[in-house]
Amino acid sequence: MQHDDTYCPSDLSLTHRMRFLLLFSRQGKLRLQKWFTPMTEREKKKIIRDMTSMVLSRQPRSCNFLHWKDLKIIYKRYASLYFCLAIENQENELLALEVIHRYVELLDKYFGNVCELDIIFNFEKAYFILDEFLMGGEIQETSKQMINRSIEASDMLQETMEEYMSKPAF
Amino acid sequence: MSDVVEKTLTALPSLLSLDSQPGAAKLSSTSKLGNLIRGITELTSKHEEEKLIQRELTSIKEQVSSPNTSMRQMKELMVRATYCEMLGYEASFSYIHAIKLAQQGTALEKRVGYLAVSLFLNEDHELLLLLVNTVLKDLQSTNLIEVCMALTVVSQMFPKDMIPAILPLVEEKLNHPKEIIRRKAVLALYKFYQIAPNQVQHIHNKFRKALCDKDPGVMTASLHIYLQMIKENPEGYKDLTASVVTILKQVVGGKLPMDFNYHSVPAPWLQIQLLRILSLLGKNDHSTSEIMYEVLDESLRRAEMNHNITYAILYECVKCIYTIHPKSELLEKAAKCIGNFVLSQKINLKYLGLKALTYVVQQDPRLALQHQMTIIECLDHPDLIIKRETLELLFRITNAQNVTVIVEKMLEFLRISKDDYTTTDLVGKVAELAEKYAPDNEWFIETMNTVFSVGGDVMQPDIPNSFLKLLSEGFDSVEEDRKLRQFAVDSYVSLLQGGPGKLPQRFLQVISWVLGEYSHLSEELDPATVLSLLSKLLDSKNTSSETKSWVLVAMTKLCEGRAGVSVAREVSETYSSSLDTALRQRAQELQHLSQDSELRARVLPRDASREPLEVDSSLSFLDGFVSEALAAGAAPYKPPHQRQEELAQEKALSLEPYGLSLPISMSSCSIGDRQSPTLLSVSSGLSGDSIELSHKGGSATLKLDGVKRVWGREGYLSKRESVEETAQVEVPSPLRSPSQQGEADKSHNQTPTPTPTPEPEQEKQQLASSLFVGLGSQSSVCLMGKSDLTNQRFRRKARCPGTSSGSSEITSNSIVSPPSMVDSLLYNNLLDSNITSELDLASPQSPPQLSQDLSTANGTCDVDLTDRDVTANNPSIIRDNGVVAAEDPDKPTDLCLSSHLPAELSGLSRSEITALCSHQSLHLSACHVQGDDSLALVVFILNSSDSDVQQMLLQLDSDQLEVSSVSESPVQEVRGDSVVVCQYSLTVKRPSVLVEVCGVMSFMCSVGTPQSVQFSYKLPLASFIRPLTVSTEEYGTMWLAFSHDTKQNLTLMREDRESLTATLNVLKNKLQLHVVEIIGMEGIVACRLLPDQPCLMHCRINAGTLAVWLRSPIPDLPDCLIYHCQRALQEH
Repeated sequence: MQHDDTYCPSDLSLTHRMRFLLLFSRQGKLRLQKWFTPMTEREKKKIIRDMTSMVLSRQPRSCNFLHWKDLKIIYKRYASLYFCLAIENQENELLALEVIHRYVELLDKYFGNVCELDIIFNFEKAYFILDEFLMGGEIQETSKQMINRSIEASDMLQETMEEYMSKPAF
Repeated sequence: MSDVVEKTLTALPSLLSLDSQPGAAKLSSTSKLGNLIRGITELTSKHEEEKLIQRELTSIKEQVSSPNTSMRQMKELMVRATYCEMLGYEASFSYIHAIKLAQQGTALEKRVGYLAVSLFLNEDHELLLLLVNTVLKDLQSTNLIEVCMALTVVSQMFPKDMIPAILPLVEEKLNHPKEIIRRKAVLALYKFYQIAPNQVQHIHNKFRKALCDKDPGVMTASLHIYLQMIKENPEGYKDLTASVVTILKQVVGGKLPMDFNYHSVPAPWLQIQLLRILSLLGKNDHSTSEIMYEVLDESLRRAEMNHNITYAILYECVKCIYTIHPKSELLEKAAKCIGNFVLSQKINLKYLGLKALTYVVQQDPRLALQHQMTIIECLDHPDLIIKRETLELLFRITNAQNVTVIVEKMLEFLRISKDDYTTTDLVGKVAELAEKYAPDNEWFIETMNTVFSVGGDVMQPDIPNSFLKLLSEGFDSVEEDRKLRQFAVDSYVSLLQGGPGKLPQRFLQVISWVLGEYSHLSEELDPATVLSLLSKLLDSKNTSSETKSWVLVAMTKLCEGRAGVSVAREVSETYSSSLDTALRQRAQELQHLSQDSELRARVLPRDASREPLEVDSSLSFLDGFVSEALAAGAAPYKPPHQRQEELAQEKALSLEPYGLSLPISMSSCSIGDRQSPTLLSVSSGLSGDSIELSHKGGSATLKLDGVKRVWGREGYLSKRESVEETAQVEVPSPLRSPSQQGEADKSHNQTPTPTPTPEPEQEKQQLASSLFVGLGSQSSVCLMGKSDLTNQRFRRKARCPGTSSGSSEITSNSIVSPPSMVDSLLYNNLLDSNITSELDLASPQSPPQLSQDLSTANGTCDVDLTDRDVTANNPSIIRDNGVVAAEDPDKPTDLCLSSHLPAELSGLSRSEITALCSHQSLHLSACHVQGDDSLALVVFILNSSDSDVQQMLLQLDSDQLEVSSVSESPVQEVRGDSVVVCQYSLTVKRPSVLVEVCGVMSFMCSVGTPQSVQFSYKLPLASFIRPLTVSTEEYGTMWLAFSHDTKQNLTLMREDRESLTATLNVLKNKLQLHVVEIIGMEGIVACRLLPDQPCLMHCRINAGTLAVWLRSPIPDLPDCLIYHCQRALQEH
């Protein structure tokens, strides 16, 4: 039959490789949440609850992957912070683990030896970095220099560091 | 970034380093946010936190609404508000202010504004509309940072309906000098492609430019789009293979800037993306796969470093190698690679190895044999995740010989698993395996008992349904059916006697149905016993009222004799006063039917559950009542939407103003392309209706329909001709009474449950031999899913052609012997005269000489004259018939096959004849023929060998179409060197842009082995569209009655005054629409979807475009039709 090289609504399967990314502390306190697909508040709350209880109850040295509904949960602990990324079932789990790791590296590069406090107090910066790194559930830029350069460029443009640090916002 | 920024950057390293100190956190903690955070950490209870946050939110609320708050303060407030939201407290009052901040703030404030918007709002939030103008402005800004921010927010969330407003600006950015802008623009378009694909159709060639971008980042971004597009249509992008291979070669060879390295691996994300594209392109395509072997080999070789990221690449590489056309050398290397994964001590790698193995064993089960000991170890792994993945693997290698062991392992896992989702999934798989491979009746019933008790109320509802269907429809042997049913009855009676308290409701429903229907089969069983068991069930507190209904119905079937009647009276008295109406109804039925045994025999005949029920969905039995009411002066019924419309509308034309020139209601165009994440694949792997799936060739996850199967259980299939299937070993065991059941249980458990023995190794060996039996070379080969069919114990009978919509018995109207030259010439000449007259009517403007071009350009809709012209010129082609086909498979086949077209179809316009599939000397082709009131699908079966093909059975099925055979007697054989033609008439059940028919043909060659081939045939919905002749008045009434609609702007054919007429004429000719009337700038058009589903179209010229509004009673029809209109105009 003829082949149709344009949109065909009947067999469109959406791929969102990543569904959400959560950062939470050992006590289960949420530090950052990013949802790559639309979700209701209710769903979000349920997921956050499920994730913290599932991930925190894992034994050390067990597999970094979990099943949750039809998704795979990839989690990793860095110091006191858990990073937890949900991907589609057929995705590559190891790669997702490296996505988390790369994000941590980016944070580290930006904050310099990043700790949980940096992310708590500057959570909006953590979001900016994430938005340069991942976009709509896909890897956007994997080059560390590029990401930092664009973050810093935005930082620099309007506000000098001095101003940023010395004065409280108002 | 801009040069200015870059300069600033280089000038500021000292400032930056300040920020990089850990002290940064402490410094900013003096801010209000810092105070808030510290305040929270000092609290001890959740309650205190709540109070503190509420106080905080009140103060934020006050400040944001104060006119004196500066944007700078607003920025700080938004950060605090997002923090509160993150803690789970709602701050919806701040949403509008976040939008305002994005709109009015300076760059840095804007950025916080955009961030807050993206964190606060969902994609479908109505406030997002307010962001459109801001985004528009920022996209046009000269400040690159603002452009970046706008693109970032657009690719995270943007109202679908508003895409046209910013699309040109985003498109423009593809040519921007800065690569970061180009990259973000590509990603924004990717987002658009996902949420509204038909809006970015026209810029596909620009994607190609992005793919060739000199910046690797932009190229990488464009691959996201390509991956998606290739997934949807791999055929359309085969020409990309060489470029993708070249790119991968360069990446693997380290030609990219060092900047892209990750732990000294060159651009791993890019590599993986490329590998995924390659596997899509090379799937089932030998020549394309050929191009990539070398680079795949190199990838395998290069990825040797001991790091997670290289394993991730290797995994993707292995998957690719097993997806594309196989090459033994690579397969060997890939298998070794999987071995390394599985044997690794690192648990993550082991997991991935199991996953790879699961993927691979479907094609090559011998690989599972190699790793059987590791798999056994994983089965007892302390980590449940590993265990679960191992079961998944075992599920794929289950066959009739190892089914008992594997199912036992699965049930074992089910008993310890607490997660509902896993339970649902596994229970479905167990049920599927049990239906497919059950060795005997007892095992089947007992396994299903466990499935029902464990799966209980979380299992998919189709499992009990399909089980009951299986029981009631029965199999090929009446005696077997009786035994199975009787065993089920006995088993359930003993279950009920043991105390039904713990059994889930669904199971109780199954039990009551089976007892009601079949307890008479068990001779020693007294109906009174069953009745008393059932009434005990009724009295139980744990029984839900839905289950009680089932029980009452079962009792109604059983209440025979004096004892029965008295029980019935007692029960019906109790329940006829129940508050539940359904129960009351059942109780009434029970009461009446128990007193009148004749009536009961008529209403509930024994063994009649498989008679199809006739449901009068039009409620015609109410006609009398309605006409009486009408005669008495009642108003005729109008559906709610019609009532509303009539209030608002009066005229037939120009029914509603077209508000904005932007196509606001695009939303209905792409219904269904947003799905909730968890819903995406819920139903796919779990279907209990597994038989349907196995018909299509194997497993639920691999889609094999219509795909030539290259790999079988024993490896590459095309090497061997055909393999005898091993006969089933099991002998149907005699029925055992429940008292013997315990014994049966024991004997079952011996193999699966390892009893503690001094030598654990030996025990594992034993388990291994029982798990992996049937995977070796001596086992049966699964050829095109055929062996699944024969090995299956519980095979459903073929459905009767009248009752089911899907498969129908295949017939053909004429068996055509090889035609002699004279015959076919005569035949063709006769047709010729016929055709030309027809053709003159259809397309008077195209002379026959031109039609050759026409038909090649668009074979679907135009009248195809080619073959006749050519046949007249070279009559010799016809004489050679089948022989020519072998030399040049495409064109001549069409020529010679077209002469076999049934006479009544020969004058009509038809599509080109396309090859569907071939199996040795048997070739299947098909075309569709458009009649005035019908669409016929003609399947040609060409047997080019000398020997006959017998016991042929052709079955067609489709989700979207109703397929019915035209001829009465089914064709069962094709003689050597001849062609058989089967004709089907198709109507649309569920409209979709392209509709597809899937088919299976099973047959027996002269050698005597059963074979089968699968194929699929796609045709556009446009082939089902016919003109609908109505008057303007009729159009008006119909318009009001239809509820499904869609609106879109189409391009006009010409710019002048006649543009409407010209455009409508194009549509009329291409899509066979009927133009009802054209008044000035407006036109109304009508058509129908065969046989008689109307669709109306209202067109109006509006600001240089054609605003089209489609309405129909059929959902999806307007959306599909608008798509074809769009295409018709594009092609013109």
